[in-house]
Amino acid sequence: MNKQGRCPLTTSQIIDEYFIENRTRILDVAAYLDRLLRSANSQPAGEDFRMQAFEQALHILSSTEPNKVDHIQLVFSDPTTELKAHLDTKSASGAWNPVPEVR
Amino acid sequence: MYYIEMHGHMVSRTTDDYREMAMAGCVAVSEPAFWAGWDRQSADSFDDYFRQLTDFEPKRASQFFIRHVSWLCLNPKEGEDRRLTAEVLKRIPKFLDRPNVVGIGEIGMNRVTRNEVDTFIDHIRLALDYNQMILIHTPHLEDKYKGTRVTIDNLVKFQNLDPNRVLIDHAEEHTVGMILEHGFYTGLTLYPNTKVSLARAVDMIEKYGPDRITISSACDWGPSVPTAVPQLMLEMRRRGHSEELIRKLVFENPLKFLMQSGKFELPRLDIHATVSHTAP
Repeated sequence: MNKQGRCPLTTSQIIDEYFIENRTRILDVAAYLDRLLRSANSQPAGEDFRMQAFEQALHILSSTEPNKVDHIQLVFSDPTTELKAHLDTKSASGAWNPVPEVR
Repeated sequence: MYYIEMHGHMVSRTTDDYREMAMAGCVAVSEPAFWAGWDRQSADSFDDYFRQLTDFEPKRASQFFIRHVSWLCLNPKEGEDRRLTAEVLKRIPKFLDRPNVVGIGEIGMNRVTRNEVDTFIDHIRLALDYNQMILIHTPHLEDKYKGTRVTIDNLVKFQNLDPNRVLIDHAEEHTVGMILEHGFYTGLTLYPNTKVSLARAVDMIEKYGPDRITISSACDWGPSVPTAVPQLMLEMRRRGHSEELIRKLVFENPLKFLMQSGKFELPRLDIHATVSHTAP
């Protein structure tokens, strides 16, 4: 086990092994963003709290900083510690909504 | 290579899945009690579910030389209902002596409500009263970070709780560190869409080391892959990791954790069941 937390592969080996599948993933993200622009009602996606977090994640993705996945996980996470008074919904939505709907 | 599936909801899977898992090297399955996808109407439903987990599933698994062990609880998705919780908690003790029951789980939170935390604490008290090990679910997606923090904050209040006998599951990049730092076991659950991918799981193993980390498919009634653990073995070989390291993660770590129950046995196969000297 590498104590420095390094991947045993060299940079070239990582690119050789993982480039194609990640090329596909980034094209999927691009197509998703294009699809939003082609939506039936043309409503701007940026009004949705999930897409606001998504936009922040894209900025982190294009930076040169390490630990991108950790930072992106926190962008999508509820940073508060206060317990909810009641169950609002059974399932999570994927991103924290700082202004939750009143139910 | 032999492996132990640390988290499989086999009541939702077919007998053919057991067969596929056995052919891929699975020798034991650990099955936590969980949510059926709909809320149960009474504690009687849990009685039947616990009978399924402690009687029917072990028999089904044994056809393929797989040892089946289970964990009992009221799942976090139903933890908001305090009345139902109280009724179910009264019924759990009579099942704890069953030969395949290794502890209380998977308990925890869903949306991190006050009632869910109270239900979680009730389960911890039950586990301590009956000297049971504990398996903990952490919430999904945006609730995971907060839920894991609240989970750990509550666990450390119990001074007689041995963190080595507690596994906090469904860890991801932003939670695995805090779980390991507090001395608990953790689990990386491999899902095709949510939670952790094969590549990200191996990244976390490379960053945090293999000690006290277990791997599972967490296969259930949703999109999931019962043979995800052997897929992770392939991903580790793809990166050039040693067979010794792979075996520690998929066999030795879960074996060492489950052996603490005093009830875990491997099936009668020619399995070298010792753990390496590097295990914690």
